[in-house]
Amino acid sequence: MGQITLEKVTKSFGDVNVIPPLDLQINEGEFVVFVGPSGCGKSTLLRLIAGLEDVTSGAIKIDGTDATNLPPAKRGLAMVFQSYALYPHMSVRKNIAFPLKMAKMDPAEQERRVNYAAKVLNLTDYIDRRPGQLSGGQRQRVAIGRAIVREPSAFLFDEPLSNLDASLRVNMRLEISELHNSLATTMIYVTHDQVEAMTMADKIVVLRAGNIEQVGSPLELYRNPRNTFVAGFIGSPNMNLFSGAAAAEHGAATIGIRPEHMDLSTETGTWKGVVGVAEHLGSDTFLHIHETGLAEMVTVRASGEFAVKHGDTVYLTPQADKLHKFDKDGLKIA
Amino acid sequence: MSRAVTPRRKLINTTIAWAIGLLIFFPILWTILTSFKTEGQAIASPPIFLNFDWTLENYAVVMERSNYMRFLWNSIIIAGGSTILGLIIAVPAAWSMAFVPSKRTKDILLWMLSTKMLPAVGVLYPIYLLFIELGLLDSRTGLVIVMMLINLPIIVWMLYTYFREIPGEILEAARMDGAALRQEVLYILTPMAIPGIASTMLLNFILAWNEAFWTLNLTAAKAAPLTAFIASYSSPEGLFYAKLSAASTMAIAPILILGWFSQKQLVRGLTFGAVK
Repeated sequence: MGQITLEKVTKSFGDVNVIPPLDLQINEGEFVVFVGPSGCGKSTLLRLIAGLEDVTSGAIKIDGTDATNLPPAKRGLAMVFQSYALYPHMSVRKNIAFPLKMAKMDPAEQERRVNYAAKVLNLTDYIDRRPGQLSGGQRQRVAIGRAIVREPSAFLFDEPLSNLDASLRVNMRLEISELHNSLATTMIYVTHDQVEAMTMADKIVVLRAGNIEQVGSPLELYRNPRNTFVAGFIGSPNMNLFSGAAAAEHGAATIGIRPEHMDLSTETGTWKGVVGVAEHLGSDTFLHIHETGLAEMVTVRASGEFAVKHGDTVYLTPQADKLHKFDKDGLKIA
Repeated sequence: MSRAVTPRRKLINTTIAWAIGLLIFFPILWTILTSFKTEGQAIASPPIFLNFDWTLENYAVVMERSNYMRFLWNSIIIAGGSTILGLIIAVPAAWSMAFVPSKRTKDILLWMLSTKMLPAVGVLYPIYLLFIELGLLDSRTGLVIVMMLINLPIIVWMLYTYFREIPGEILEAARMDGAALRQEVLYILTPMAIPGIASTMLLNFILAWNEAFWTLNLTAAKAAPLTAFIASYSSPEGLFYAKLSAASTMAIAPILILGWFSQKQLVRGLTFGAVK
């Protein structure tokens, strides 16, 4: 259960074509992340799968059956919304039980499942409270609880962590990943945060303007971006992309090198530059290097203890096997 | 964005507010005072404000001459029935306009409101004929239907405004949770909109209670509500002012009390969406 196939799916709002023909296969049990800049169509794509929007053309199959025209209630999917979308007039217990009530499940079984979900999600102490009396993280867990009780064939998450503060976000990221491991149910997760995509996904789908730019595991995308867009989007800090003479030397229109794939020296190297801002994270230091003649600014990773200061001259040497070459259309040269 | 309010400024504001309030309330106050006067004092010139012989005689006469309880009961049935019927029709209508609007939704809303701009007397004749045809003249059923139709645009408009404030994601969540349309409206939308629905009900109840044109024209004896009860004391000859005032006071008392207890809800309802 939990296999979803999109076949030549398109979506237009009036004259605006949001999703051009798109094919995608999501396998059973996979954790798939749709990632891309805002306005890239990732949320629309999720809503098409959920059935909250109708496709303009094409087909959506869930577990082999055509679900293109099924209403959301009949698709067997559960969704966690960005705003959590809890029912404000119901207690936590009633919120979680709502899908079971809709399914007309036996009350004793409802009770058992709600209590189990509350226990798993640490909500037992709050079970009789209203959503308004809960913190952001607790609300998020209620929304997840409401999704898991009905044992759907897939979970859909629409930027679920974007309303949480940074530390809570890291915790919830782990909780969702652990949930995926224990339930082994297909999950589709939409985010604009590439760190979330990298840390959680089995498979990342990078979208731009409704087009799929690349599909692959986090490390595949990291090691082998198909074009400059994916190269610049995946990885933190971003990959350095240079065009011009430095690229021409390698027979490419653009070359890319990640901050962590350059050797740094105070004496000798391929490229010379001047240190601007140094961001000390403790374990690592990211240096912004100026006046290299390559780009406005080059980011390079140094070890946490690397001692340079503002205005020092340094030398950068790219690791030859980690250099990415792209042609004039931005596509990777094999 | 708070402005400093000096004590003097506050005093002036309070005085003005009270003055306007009393000015608006004065006709009702005068009616109530007149109901306790004798017929002679009621038409005295110059008018007597408080220094008259307080009497309950007018009330006694009115109670004796007419069956107040029957008029009251008719008013309750007509105002209550039209409100409930109106809500049953308006909730789904407002739902569809608020959550699945089409290009024409705004036009439909305006068109509905435009029916309120027509003078009621313009459609009296066709409605009167229809009522004769359908045997609805002087029946509570007929008045419930007419009152409902007259206030329906306002009910739909008010509910539409309330529903627009409810986040669509919550209804989408209900759909994802397996709720059919009926369950979505019944278990999620309606409970969330209760404050809005309550003030819509109240306002509509008051409007229907006070409506006189249709109730006077379409009823005679059986279905006559309190508006007809008041009108029966208005006479071109004789001294009836004090009795008319007593009847009026008795007619508006229930709605005045209802309004007093629900003023918070009403104010919220009437200013809802004005400030966000």
